[in-house]
Amino acid sequence: MSDFLMFSLVPLTVAIIICMSCALLGNFLVLRRQSLIGDAISHVALPGIVASFLLTGTLASSAMMLGAGVSALFTVAMIELIRRLGRVENSAAMGVVFTSLFALGVLMLEWNEVGTVHLDVEHALYGNLESLIWFEGTSLASLVDPRALSDLPPQLGRVAWMGALVAVFVVVFRRGLVLASFDADFAASVGARPTLVGLLLVLMVAVAAIAAFEAVGAIIVIAMFICPAAAARLMTNRLALQVALSQLIAVVSAVLGYVLAGYGPGWMGFGVSLSAAGMIATLSGGLLLLACLFGPYRHRQEPLS
Amino acid sequence: MEAWWRALIFDAGYNTSLVTLGAMLLGGGAGMIGSFVLLRKRSLVSDAISHATLPGLALAFILMALVFGDGRWMPGLLVGAGLSAAAGLWAVQAISHRTRLGEDAAIGAVLSTFFGLGVVLLTVIQSLAVSGQAGLTGYLVGSTAGMLAAEAQLIALCSLLLAVGIIVMRRDFLMVCFDPVFAATNGVRVQRVDMLLMLLLLAVVVIGLRITGLILIVALTIIPPVTGRFWTDRPLRVVALAALIGALAGYLGVTLSSVREGLPTGPLVVLASFVLFLISFLLSPRRGILATLIAHHRFKRRVHLRQGLLALARDEAIFDDLTMKVLRRQGLIRRDGVATPSGWAAARDAEHEERLWALHRRYYPEDAAQLDHRGLLPIERVLSPDTIMVLENRLMSRRETHP
Repeated sequence: MSDFLMFSLVPLTVAIIICMSCALLGNFLVLRRQSLIGDAISHVALPGIVASFLLTGTLASSAMMLGAGVSALFTVAMIELIRRLGRVENSAAMGVVFTSLFALGVLMLEWNEVGTVHLDVEHALYGNLESLIWFEGTSLASLVDPRALSDLPPQLGRVAWMGALVAVFVVVFRRGLVLASFDADFAASVGARPTLVGLLLVLMVAVAAIAAFEAVGAIIVIAMFICPAAAARLMTNRLALQVALSQLIAVVSAVLGYVLAGYGPGWMGFGVSLSAAGMIATLSGGLLLLACLFGPYRHRQEPLS
Repeated sequence: MEAWWRALIFDAGYNTSLVTLGAMLLGGGAGMIGSFVLLRKRSLVSDAISHATLPGLALAFILMALVFGDGRWMPGLLVGAGLSAAAGLWAVQAISHRTRLGEDAAIGAVLSTFFGLGVVLLTVIQSLAVSGQAGLTGYLVGSTAGMLAAEAQLIALCSLLLAVGIIVMRRDFLMVCFDPVFAATNGVRVQRVDMLLMLLLLAVVVIGLRITGLILIVALTIIPPVTGRFWTDRPLRVVALAALIGALAGYLGVTLSSVREGLPTGPLVVLASFVLFLISFLLSPRRGILATLIAHHRFKRRVHLRQGLLALARDEAIFDDLTMKVLRRQGLIRRDGVATPSGWAAARDAEHEERLWALHRRYYPEDAAQLDHRGLLPIERVLSPDTIMVLENRLMSRRETHP
């Protein structure tokens, strides 16, 4: 039990929160056919974090969030600029911008050798869920002990804030999000501000990507955005049910993924553990595969004649 | 600086020169195949392919480590990478064709799931007690530092073969990209050519892994074609330019990375191509920002000149500062706003033209609707002399009937 509290409680909670909030936003990304914006934004989380670290010298969460938000808005602005002024196709414009910024991030990392803090290329790519150890979590009593609770890894608080922010955003803007996702012109005509909502959605994706960055890295988080939402999309035609299903799939893949990575090899007699972040991504992909094969609404519907 | 110069003139050792050459060939091949993929509007499929190589790489490493005791043999790793990339490509196609999810969701799901699986397998490798594990990180962000001569030769040779293959197939690719139906009526097997296009893309991505790394190789298939597109509208010229730009980016990136120990190759190659893109984006005479701004500026001045002249002819006061400035610059009005003799002449000409245009719109409405001159070009540059003559005659006869 104390092992669980010390080593698993925090990573598991963090994984569940990240998976749920990313999946929540992912529903709208998938509906708007903007999944690749999630791809682009999570890649530029790296240069955002590195730049804010080099400028402020700390890894404080406020500075990181600011760096992430700025870099996300910068990315979106650059994509739009290249698309409109250069008349370049949308996905190609995206590809130009996010690969270049990612390259810049890797170069800045290697050039300055930010080795003193926990920031290097491998962590940026794989994440490091397992390092969130709660040293004071020795027994059940420490769950109510303020001294032990103050020793909780700071990432937990950060992720919790992000999750709350994302949930509040979706609840407050649910009408605009739904309208803008299905019919942007209609949304504009009834004053639901589709452009603003779209921009806020991108901003929220950036916030979620950055909060998840430390735990699962810049690339695995894409699975958390897209896989549960896409799988839920193949299961139902009703949006509310789709959102609920995506949350369920997110929780299942987070818990199962974490358990399989941590204890799976042990059950087979190997004394090692695997990457939990990677396992969660793999499982959510596997659930999407099942939905692709058996989901009741997997086929494209023929237009009514 | 001096070290960079030595690398630039291929004087920094046999290996560096070989790697530079390989990167140039690879950049060229990636640029060429990327141009066709850009025309197909499927640029980011290569992102899914490149991330999908990771589980194959790791599995190949594990297998070779278990059998031979060392998993670093590059050809074996590349075969593994190619196989899992092919699985990823197939998954993207299957999801976007057979389910109602879009290609964007398919790409995102495949790239992240395969990458996640790859990360899991990498942790398996860490737990194995085998040597050469550090060699695998080179495939993530690219490293040419510890590359063997045989590896560089293999990359160069494969890139060359790919480039030749793309050049041979260019006409079929072009037809399929622009008009699949037309291609089918011409006896081109569209599905097969499309598949070949994707397979060549896959091959380029896999071969490029060692140089730019699996996360950044996608840039080499996107940025050079987009850059080439700024300079020409002819598709095969875009392909040729993209090849040149890709090769140049490879050349600059690899030579720069040899300047300092530990500089990653991939990011430098990508940033070199991004700089080339930025230059084109700003300065291209066709679609660059500067050219667009200049064209807009000229257009604005022509509108103001025309409106100012018409106002002069009708004896209306001009209040707009820019209009006054344009007229004054051309010597059409004096400082106090009164028209000069040449200004009067130009104003009368403008008004006359305006009447002719009005008649043209009335008597030839279809022709007028198709013209895109906005009344800013001299009429004799838009209409034929015969038409102008007819319009002049009508104007004359109207003046006689309504004096």
